[in-house]
Amino acid sequence: MEGKQDPASPAEALSAPYVLAYTYRRSVGPVIGRFLTGLREGRIEGVRTAAGRVLVPPAEYDPETGAAVGDFVEVGAAGVVQSWCWVSEPRAGQPLDRPFAWALVKLDGADTAMVHAVDAPSPAAMRTGMRVCVRWRAERVGSVRDIACFVPDEGSGASEAPPMPPAEPVRGMLSPVHLEFTISPGATLSRFLEGVVEGKLLGRRCPACAKVYVPPKGACPTCGVPFGDEVAVSDTGTVTSFCIVNVPFEGQTMKLPYTYGSVLLDGADIPILHLISGIPADEVRMGLRVRAEWLPAGERRPTLESIRWFAPTGEPDAAYETFSEHQ
Amino acid sequence: MRDVAIVSFAASTTPHSNLDDVEMLAPVIHEAIESSGLARREIGFTVSGSCDYLCGRPFSFLMALDAASAWPPISESHVEMDGAWALYEAWVRLQIGDIDAALVYAFGKASQGDLNAVMATQLDPYYLAPLGVDAECFAALQARAMLDAGRCTERDMAAVAARGRRDAGLGAASADELLRAPYKLAPLRAHDCPPVTDGVAAVVLVAGDRARQLHKRPAWIRGIDHRIEAPSPGVRDLTRSPSTALAARAAGVGRAKVDLAEIHAPYTHQEIIVREALGLDASVVINPSGGAPGAHPVMSAGLIRVGEAARRILDGSAQRAVAHATAGPCLQQNLVCVLEGEQ
Ligand SMILES: [Zn+2]
Repeated sequence: MEGKQDPASPAEALSAPYVLAYTYRRSVGPVIGRFLTGLREGRIEGVRTAAGRVLVPPAEYDPETGAAVGDFVEVGAAGVVQSWCWVSEPRAGQPLDRPFAWALVKLDGADTAMVHAVDAPSPAAMRTGMRVCVRWRAERVGSVRDIACFVPDEGSGASEAPPMPPAEPVRGMLSPVHLEFTISPGATLSRFLEGVVEGKLLGRRCPACAKVYVPPKGACPTCGVPFGDEVAVSDTGTVTSFCIVNVPFEGQTMKLPYTYGSVLLDGADIPILHLISGIPADEVRMGLRVRAEWLPAGERRPTLESIRWFAPTGEPDAAYETFSEHQ
Repeated sequence: MRDVAIVSFAASTTPHSNLDDVEMLAPVIHEAIESSGLARREIGFTVSGSCDYLCGRPFSFLMALDAASAWPPISESHVEMDGAWALYEAWVRLQIGDIDAALVYAFGKASQGDLNAVMATQLDPYYLAPLGVDAECFAALQARAMLDAGRCTERDMAAVAARGRRDAGLGAASADELLRAPYKLAPLRAHDCPPVTDGVAAVVLVAGDRARQLHKRPAWIRGIDHRIEAPSPGVRDLTRSPSTALAARAAGVGRAKVDLAEIHAPYTHQEIIVREALGLDASVVINPSGGAPGAHPVMSAGLIRVGEAARRILDGSAQRAVAHATAGPCLQQNLVCVLEGEQ
């Protein structure tokens, strides 16, 4: 079972870089907000539970009972390492750009541990049970990163945080997400897109229902079985439905109004969506016969944008019965 | 409770596949249904487990439905969790009694992105995400806690990796040989961490007499339960897994002798924690499939543990097996399933 592959899979498939990046604006609420406000002011506060445990960083509810938490309690800016690991190759965005330790640190006066970085010269300088203290950032904004990192406590404890001017309590924070991928359309769609570069439209026939899909997918959506034979279909077809775009929107490149249509290619059983042009928008109709207008061979890329649009062939309209199944 | 059994299982894993999700899934779902003996139209419920962040596309499970034959329209559900939790939902659904068969599948291509960065998106956005801390770091902190507590040694961890790699056919390196490798994220070495894997799995569940008609030795689900702990690692004893222990008790693991256990432990030290929480004695064969050191397809690794345990009931090589699945950092959430052959 291990490593089984579709025998029809090519050794190579198309791939492309893809980045998912966005930023959430999060509300922090009264508990986390007070903790972050405290950090900005150079103070670390936890919350006391009904059982008397002090949670740092504070939780909004007691993780053991689900009860609301009680008073805020200031805890020390130094504490004891509960566990640690050594990062020999730091990544961008981490607290230190040289090798460092991640540690669970239980601050003096707290009953739970917080995760942060420890700036130690080497793993030999780290051990569970050692004392560490906070190194404050001079410019603080109300973030867990206002603690630049922890450092081994040489006996003098944490130094005072440089003062910050008074400001409103922290109510929100920005949470950026940035993920990078190399995505592949898979074997079936790769083959189709390679055909597009050559000016061909290659469908696949389902061995169960015999329908020809263009573009083909990984499996027939109706039958759930992998597709069978490759079938070249025509670049002429029939408009089965359409809409006229009259409303401008961000990122739009076409001149208004323009028409977007479903085109049932001759030889295919599933229509594709594309632009309809070469005809005034108010003359586009169901049954209109159209042909792909390809970009010149040297300009074609593995995308359906290699077809500029579909334009009328001048043939008589197709009879409704020939495409009524696709309404 | 209605008797529900696993009657078939299929899976496919590879370090990197050029196929898309549907291309990987379609033959595996086809194999699971074919070998179950059911007709597709007999499947009354379909449920899948996957994670949109792995491919960076919202609602990616909707596209994967092409592999599940959703016409005429089917009764379908999805969990953004490992497929083992999809199997739990299918088991609950079959308890209602109006349908007799369910299809469960899971998929994910971890090789498409930076898996560590993807897994970090599940962490606390207020206290943890701003640090750039990732899932692997939590596993390393947990491993150190185990070592400090004297609950395991680095050699014990390497022994888990050596056995898993051997059973998965990845080579015969001994624990001592593995220990010569440098640390990756001390105290973790590369062999302590799961390999990046693309994979899919499918399981068919059938209830009552229909299961007996289809298979001479169905793998009956005699107990199944899942439990979750607080998300913040700083409030938990990382050397224990009370959620596994509770789920194991509820599923009835200790009620009779266990022949084998398939444990979903992404990191080697976690197998030691889970094994103890399950209350298994030294006679129990652990992870004959090789487990995570052999292949760790995120989102289907847990379902594959259930499937691999069921496979050994179905083929008659075991009478009573335990399967475990985990999710979240440091074994936060755990599912335990007890499977038995016909008496
Ligand atoms: Zn079909």
